[in-house]
Parts: sequence; C-alpha cells; structure tokens
Amino acid sequence: MKTIRVVHYLNQFFGQLGGEEMANLPPRVVDGPVGFGVTLKSISGGRVEIMRTVICGDNYAAENTGELAKKVLRWVSEASPGLFIAGPAFGAGRYGIAAGTLCKEVRGKLGIPAVTAMHPVNPGAAIAGPEVFVVEAKDTAQDLKRVLPLMLGIGTRLIDGLPIGSPGEEGYLPRGVRVNVRVSERGSTRAVRMLLKKLAGELFETELPMPTYDRVLPAAPVRDLVKAAIAIGTEGGIVPRGNPDRIEAHNASKWCRYDIASLDGLEKGDYEVAHGGFDPVPANDDPDRVLPLDAARALEREGRFRKLHDWYPVTVGNVTAVRSAERYGRQMGEALAAEGVEGVILTST
Amino acid sequence: MLITAIPPIALTVGANRIVRGVAIPHPVGDPKEEPAVELEIRKKLLEKALQALCEPIKEQTLFE
Repeated sequence: MKTIRVVHYLNQFFGQLGGEEMANLPPRVVDGPVGFGVTLKSISGGRVEIMRTVICGDNYAAENTGELAKKVLRWVSEASPGLFIAGPAFGAGRYGIAAGTLCKEVRGKLGIPAVTAMHPVNPGAAIAGPEVFVVEAKDTAQDLKRVLPLMLGIGTRLIDGLPIGSPGEEGYLPRGVRVNVRVSERGSTRAVRMLLKKLAGELFETELPMPTYDRVLPAAPVRDLVKAAIAIGTEGGIVPRGNPDRIEAHNASKWCRYDIASLDGLEKGDYEVAHGGFDPVPANDDPDRVLPLDAARALEREGRFRKLHDWYPVTVGNVTAVRSAERYGRQMGEALAAEGVEGVILTST
Repeated sequence: MLITAIPPIALTVGANRIVRGVAIPHPVGDPKEEPAVELEIRKKLLEKALQALCEPIKEQTLFE
C-alpha cells in the first residue's frame, strides 16, 4: 500500500518548544515528525510518513488565526500531503480553535482530508465544520494513546476511500451530516423496540438526538404594572398586508417591527399571516387572534398598565434555526429594553 | 412571557413564564365564539399574562 504523506500541526507544548512562556511563538515549520509525531508511523504500521510539522504558540494561534491559516495553507500545499492531522488538542481551547480552523481551511481550500481530536466542549470542535473528522478525546493528554489510532484509522480510510461508520462506532464527534443507510427492520419496529426499552428503564440509542437548548435566568418581575410600558410580539408572522419586508414563511432570515401606535386592533385585510406552518384562516380573519392588539389596547385604556409600546416585534418561528431564533430574541429584547419597555407578552403558534 | 397552545415545547426550549393559549393557529382567540365573547377570552389571557410578568419566579413556570 502507498505511504500516506502527512503534515502535522502541534502547539508549542507538544511541539517541544516550551510551555505557557512560549505561547506567543509565531508559527514555524520543520521537516519530519516532532514529539509524538514520531510514533505515528509505527502506530499506523508504517503507512504514515510525517513530511512536515507546523508548530505555533497557543496565544499567537488564537489571536492571529487568519495569519496562521494563511501560512499553514502555503506550507501544506508545498508539501502536497495526502492527509492533514492537527493535535489532538484535548480540552485546550486555544489549541483547539487553531486545530479546528486549520483542518477546516486545509479541507475546504486545498481539498486535503483533515483529522483532529479534542474534547467535545472545546470551542474548536464546532469550528471544524462538517467536512472535518474530530475524534472525541478526553480533556487531558492521558488520552493520547487511545486517540491516535482512532485518528489514523479514520485518516487512512479517507485516503483509501473506505467507508467510515457512525460517530458512535468510530469515536468521532457528530458532524451534523445525515447518511442514508438500509437496515433490515422497519422504522415502526425500531421505534416500538426503543419504547419498550425505555419503559423497562433499559438503555437505548435514539436515532434522532434532540437538540439541547440554552437556559436563561427568569427575568425579574415587573415591579409596578400600573406604571409600566408593555409590548406585545409574536413569532406567528402577523405582518401588514402584502408582507412588505418579505419575512420568509419558514426559516425566517429576519425579524421586523411594525408601528401600532394609532391602532386599536388589527383589521382583516390590513394584517395577515406570513407564517407557513399553521392554518392561517382564523388569524387572517382576525389577526388579533395571534397578536392580541385589541385586548391589549383595552387593558391599557382600563389602566392595567401605563402604555402599550408603539411597535411590535415579529418573526416567523417555523423550522427557524435555533441559533437565528436566539439572535432575534436577543435583538428584540435589547431594542425594547432600550426604549423603556418593562414587560413583553409574546405569543407562539 | 409566552402565551402558547403547547406548553411542553415552551418548557423544552427554555421559556420561563408560560401561559397556556387556546390553539396553535389562534393562541389568543377562538373563532367558534361570538366576537364579544372572544374579546373577553383574549383579555382574560392577557390578564393572566400580566400577572405572570409581575410574579417573581426562580424557575420555569406554567401559570395555570
């Protein structure tokens, strides 16, 4: 079998140039393997040959990632390797950011397969992107011996064009890539089997892990409602006729604000539903059924609170990316708080 | 605070003050009712929402 030429990236510590005192070291390239890179050849059964090793201080790498990437891309393309290996970076954040970024760049810009390894919470893991294999490592270098063969196993199969199994089987972090496979049991059978295991309190492996969501501390209560400005808003896509800002019916790319200062309610025809994920008939007939302007105005007149805010925030929460939704929420909250709003009533459809 | 017809989703995604709405396509209305009755339903839901805003809470709370 053909030897696999490799360029290897290390930080100053694993590159044997020093500890934290050398963290500002600019990147340098040396021929051949350095440190544990020497053992990669024997671990791989002689298949892997490290042509070059790039070494950079952690601070320099984290603060000048763009510069580092530029240099590394040049050094890598000069060596024209079959594989790029970075780290393992374990739990080291700066090292992980460099390793993830460089793997992504080398894979994306040069088309060379890239493998790294780090702890799942290392910020570099999210940076690496779906085309890079990040082997799951523990947070300290004690895990080195276990991780290296996994990295090499994936790396050599990438070169040989051999299949790579699921993250669970192979020990890499999920890349967010869905792969179609044929299995002998139909979905309903698998689902019932999982359910039975769950009911029996046994371990089972889901085929669709649920996303995890951030938790935020509950806001302090409105102290004096009678003196408070209150806003209403919705992710139900209630927009002026014709959807002037073209909020998308699903996976909205924006949120908008619309003036309601002179309105006592939302009239049919003046406002409509831009949301593509529910039956729009009831809310097109009366948009107050999703954005309760008429009732809010009535309560304002009754003096339950001081003032209904002059505009409402709106987006479409329909298969909208959680990350976008978090951003829109933060922006809406900041804009309303800046104008003195003390409480917000949101509706969701 | 959030008015939603599906509190379990609101709890999953991390909303803190939650009031149960009427239905997914009309969380604060009910087309089966007369307009005057419907407005009352809507006002009651907003009253509950305002109470939720004024309530000190330490964790996610569904205001029933």
